[in-house]
Amino acid sequence: MAILINEITRILVQGFTGDKASFHAQKMIEYGAKVVGGVTPGKGGQTHIGLPVFNTTKEAVDAVYPDASIIFVPAAFCADAIMEAADAGIRLVCCITDGIPAQDMMVVKRYLRRYPKEKRTMLVGPNCAGIISPGKSMLGIMPGHIYMAGKVGLVTRSGTLGYEAASQMKDLNIGVSTSVGIGGDPVNGSSFLDILARFEEDPETEAVMMIGEIGGPQEAEAALWVKENMSKPVIGYVAGLTAPKGRRMGHAGAIISAFGDTAAEKAEIMRSLGLSVAPSPADLGKAVAEALAKRPSRRAVLTR
Amino acid sequence: MDIHEYQAKELLANFGVAIPPGGVAYSAEQAVYRAAEIGGSRWAVKAQIHSGARGKAGGIKLCTTEDEVRKAATALLGCRLVTHQTGPEGKVVHRLYVEAAVPIERELYIGFVLDRKTERIMLVAHPHGGMEIEEIAKSEPETILRQVMEPAVGMQAFQAREIAFGLGLDPAQVTRMVNILLGCHRAFRDLDATMVEINPLVLTKDGRLLALDAKMGFDDNALFRRPQVSELRDHAEEDPREAQAAEYGLNYVALDGEIGCIINGAGLAMATMDMIKHAGGQPANFLDVGGGASPERVAMAFKLVLQDRKVGAMLVNIFAGINRCDWVAKGVVQAVKDVGVEVPLVVRLAGTNVEEGRRILDESKLPLIQADSLEDAANKVVAAWKAKKRET
Repeated sequence: MAILINEITRILVQGFTGDKASFHAQKMIEYGAKVVGGVTPGKGGQTHIGLPVFNTTKEAVDAVYPDASIIFVPAAFCADAIMEAADAGIRLVCCITDGIPAQDMMVVKRYLRRYPKEKRTMLVGPNCAGIISPGKSMLGIMPGHIYMAGKVGLVTRSGTLGYEAASQMKDLNIGVSTSVGIGGDPVNGSSFLDILARFEEDPETEAVMMIGEIGGPQEAEAALWVKENMSKPVIGYVAGLTAPKGRRMGHAGAIISAFGDTAAEKAEIMRSLGLSVAPSPADLGKAVAEALAKRPSRRAVLTR
Repeated sequence: MDIHEYQAKELLANFGVAIPPGGVAYSAEQAVYRAAEIGGSRWAVKAQIHSGARGKAGGIKLCTTEDEVRKAATALLGCRLVTHQTGPEGKVVHRLYVEAAVPIERELYIGFVLDRKTERIMLVAHPHGGMEIEEIAKSEPETILRQVMEPAVGMQAFQAREIAFGLGLDPAQVTRMVNILLGCHRAFRDLDATMVEINPLVLTKDGRLLALDAKMGFDDNALFRRPQVSELRDHAEEDPREAQAAEYGLNYVALDGEIGCIINGAGLAMATMDMIKHAGGQPANFLDVGGGASPERVAMAFKLVLQDRKVGAMLVNIFAGINRCDWVAKGVVQAVKDVGVEVPLVVRLAGTNVEEGRRILDESKLPLIQADSLEDAANKVVAAWKAKKRET
């Protein structure tokens, strides 16, 4: 299983013929992802890295039936690309691009809600490393080889800190069911909560590691949801203990501006709601191992 | 990006927000000229720095004669103002705003923010202006009025009316208030702001509603389409190293510690800084070199970090994804040779082609310390810094 993507997911690349998109599309194909084509307005009818190029996302949907799309178009045009994918009926859209204006994202999120829930597009990102279901498929820009397939779900804001977690887990022989980067922007597509809900439903995922950072209420909201709804153990970490108030730490959303925005406050909320929290970023793998060892057998719950 | 009070007022005035007459001054003579131009007999001479709470710090002086204006301007220009928002080092005053002082009946608070919980523009208002909204939120949160805007249609007049009546304004003033609120919302949307705050918005004794102070912040990601906003940038208000870093596409934030950091990825950078603290040190900076850490960028990063005289040791932590470690290692070797690093340097490489990267560092014969893991790296750099401190 795994969540969101697997070996049969058909992938469309938006902004296909750009340098970055071409490079990463190749990497995705090498990893085993089923890339079926791409969109670059004005280059429809051409063939790029052996795959068809379309002018519009609708044409691509009619011709190659993608289930998911990955967006590499420049920030100024991203809101448009996301809405185009949603309008064409693509149910999973992953936006890699960084630097999208926050108000564009507000409009995008409002737009996505015009579709009824059962037809709604799930957006992951922007400003993220994407999604990988190790050994099955990759809809992102991560180095695939650092992930071992397994039973722990991983959801992170940061790309590279997600790599760090996956490799610490691999060193301890712990594999990943799916890893999802939700991105570092203040207004993003899927929240921690949205992804945790998917992991809770996935029979193959037995525990989840959630790595947040300073700024915004999403970590606290997710922790509350975990306490009330989740049967699987969740291990947390929040980066940015040394970040000063009011300074943006690289990510547009990584800024302490309100009560509850600091790393210490978020970690405390997680702990108070029953999550185990890794004491330092060097203990991400170890904290998962401990949670897995300590947890009561989930077999009964899973097989019912 | 932040702008000055006078710039925010000029922008908001274009959207129908009434402001007292005033003008900017760069010298005492100009300040006196502005006062004469404005007329009347009471003026406020206001230091223009990117910070709130300037009044408490002595940055706003009320004057009743031209001589007082001259004295106030002379005292403020060039002085270093310290508020709780500037940090202990404060900010030097280079510009003044001279404004007509108005007789105040009531002070109100209004602020528009990009609310992360609802992911929409939110208006926050309070019947008592002058205080900081954070303090009010702590002491009497139930008295704060709020309206959340629907992104598809924007703010509606009824929302503005609810706020205006909620603030206890007379029907005659409600219409003016509605126009001010709708104007601020339009400015927020049309200029890609992240914050518009008028604190205080005053009701004058003669029944006018005026913005006495104004603060605006803007979305850096949207500046490309707001040239009228980006031209308001005041470089004197920015840390020169941060401005320099931005030119090279590096993300740099100066901090108070002694351990300089070069890391790829914002999250890993924050985590590495946490780890340094965990190991008993303090980071001197946040620096994300980004995905394509080319030798030039790595060299630039070294230069930036080493400009900070406090730096007593350096840590490079790269988890190569798209990057390859061998390529990053070449960049580090080149940078160390070009820039000259006189403090202990710890390098941790992980990810793609890590063995090749480590071999390049070994063979360079440079006096750098290699680390295997995040923990190892933090421990080694803190130990090296402590050892160096003992020597000196």
